[in-house]
Amino acid sequence: MESTEVLIDCQSVWKVFGDRSREAIRSIAERGLTKREILQQYNCVVGVSDATLQVRRGEIFCIMGLSGSGKSTLIRLLNRLIEPSLGTVTVKGRDLSRLDAAALRETRARHIGMVFQSVALLPQRTVLENAAFGLEVQGVPRDDRNRAAEAALAKVGLSDWKTRYPRELSGGMQQRVGLARALTADPEIILMDEPFSALDPLIRRQLQDEFRQLTKDLGKSAVFITHDLDEAIRIGDRIAIMKDGVIIQEGTAEQIVMNPADQYVADFVAGISRLHLVKAHSVMMPVDQWRFQAPGLSLDGLPRCSPEADIDELIGTITGSGSDAIAIADATGIVGVVTTRNLLLGVRGEPDARAAA
Amino acid sequence: MDFNPGAVLAPVIDWLNANFHGFFALVTRLIEAILGGLEAALLVLPAGAVIAIVVIAAFFATGLRVAALAFCCLGFCWLAGLWQASMQTIALVVVAVAIAVAIAFPLGILAARRASVERALRPVLDVMQTVPPWVYLIPAVMIFSLGRVPAIIATIVYGIPPMLRLTTLAFRGVPTDLKELGQAIGAKPSTILWKIELPAAKPTLLVGLNQCILLSLAMVVLAGLVGAGGLGAEVTRGLTRMEMGLGLRAGLAIVAVAVLVDRLTRGALDRRKAI
Repeated sequence: MESTEVLIDCQSVWKVFGDRSREAIRSIAERGLTKREILQQYNCVVGVSDATLQVRRGEIFCIMGLSGSGKSTLIRLLNRLIEPSLGTVTVKGRDLSRLDAAALRETRARHIGMVFQSVALLPQRTVLENAAFGLEVQGVPRDDRNRAAEAALAKVGLSDWKTRYPRELSGGMQQRVGLARALTADPEIILMDEPFSALDPLIRRQLQDEFRQLTKDLGKSAVFITHDLDEAIRIGDRIAIMKDGVIIQEGTAEQIVMNPADQYVADFVAGISRLHLVKAHSVMMPVDQWRFQAPGLSLDGLPRCSPEADIDELIGTITGSGSDAIAIADATGIVGVVTTRNLLLGVRGEPDARAAA
Repeated sequence: MDFNPGAVLAPVIDWLNANFHGFFALVTRLIEAILGGLEAALLVLPAGAVIAIVVIAAFFATGLRVAALAFCCLGFCWLAGLWQASMQTIALVVVAVAIAVAIAFPLGILAARRASVERALRPVLDVMQTVPPWVYLIPAVMIFSLGRVPAIIATIVYGIPPMLRLTTLAFRGVPTDLKELGQAIGAKPSTILWKIELPAAKPTLLVGLNQCILLSLAMVVLAGLVGAGGLGAEVTRGLTRMEMGLGLRAGLAIVAVAVLVDRLTRGALDRRKAI
């Protein structure tokens, strides 16, 4: 389902807040000042610093960062709720900064849905009216918009709650309405601003899985903001990690866990379970090396797994077979061997598992 | 040192009178026409019929409680022999409040959007609220002469500040995420105002309207001093003749009218909340 078509292209975007932001931007452009120098010289806060990212069709792109890292500012730059100070944001090939007010409204209404941490449901409207609100402001006739809203509510499992008011719903259900409202207008891109952060852990996990499934089924693209790395890993196809307004690393969950860009990321991923993240191809050793270590054993006697098998599956195979090693085979034949030692290193997430073996 | 702002203001009033007489005459005739029409409409039917209509309308618009209250309030005005004065007062208050809201509501929204507007308005509102109301009855009478028009102008001036301040407060209090939602779904500014901000601001706006109505009614008593007629005139008569009974009856009738108008507007505007 993933393709290389880029839906959101964000090039060297800056956002500077403060009374002298204009001067600060000029000195960034001309002299390349850093965030700290901007604060010292101009008393301006850099919200987002030189952010470049691309969101492709069909993927879920997570932006992970702690509070104050600029992630909420960054997501608002993607639909121009906040004007970038510098740099360009292109959505479906159209430069947002060049759009006039009407064209910008049109783009937001048709192409970019948004879900908020606070849900932002209108209290005096029913669930159905809330879900249909996006189409209502576009001037879609009542019957049409209600039909679309009913379909969206059915997707999030709230068909029985159409005539209720938001205050009658639990937090998790309210956020489902928020998601349904974003889906009703059928946009290609959904911006999710920490949608599940205020929910309790069990409901949160459930919604994470449902959200991922729904997004993939409908072929939507999403930018998902979170402060929780576990959540980013569960949901995201790719993850960008932000700190102090800077994207410090971008990649798949496995890339980030196995090769953290710096100590900050390393500290973050330290507590993450590798069981479902690390795949066989990251921990296996070459066949020759295994032959050297274990002379006299035959490859044919080993259980087999694919290079895409995760550590959890490998442990299951090894404990189930009584063997100390697994042969890793793809379509072309055996490409490597995973021993118990490799697995243990993999569980600890040591990037040099192969070198150490 | 002798500072006398009146020495400056009096010539200004004179100059206004001399040069804008036509305009003031037009305003006078316009207000007189609206007020007279409303008053005639309220008095064309016998009191019993008006009471019946109001009670039935109140029942369908809001419910049994307000209908019963309307019956008691209007019944008292009738039985106290103050029916005509009460209707005059209601007409005066309705017109004054309508004009005050028409001025205060947009200005209040503007002040909520722009801090500079609010900064400019605040001292003006402070003056309007703290200067004793009969002080600005004087220039109103000088320009519009005695009668209902200066009374209604003074009532409007008195009714604007609470409505304006609470409108500003109400629109400031609209949650940021709701406004952001409006922008994110591509709603026009006018749509955001009517469909998102106004419903969210409604509870505070209703408090503003309520204050506007009650302060206007309080002002109506003073308006009796300049010949506006209605219940204010009865109170004034009671005061000047030292007739305790008349003053008390008129005073209670004002309370009855205040309660009635307040509950009716609140009930009618706040209906959906009860669902």
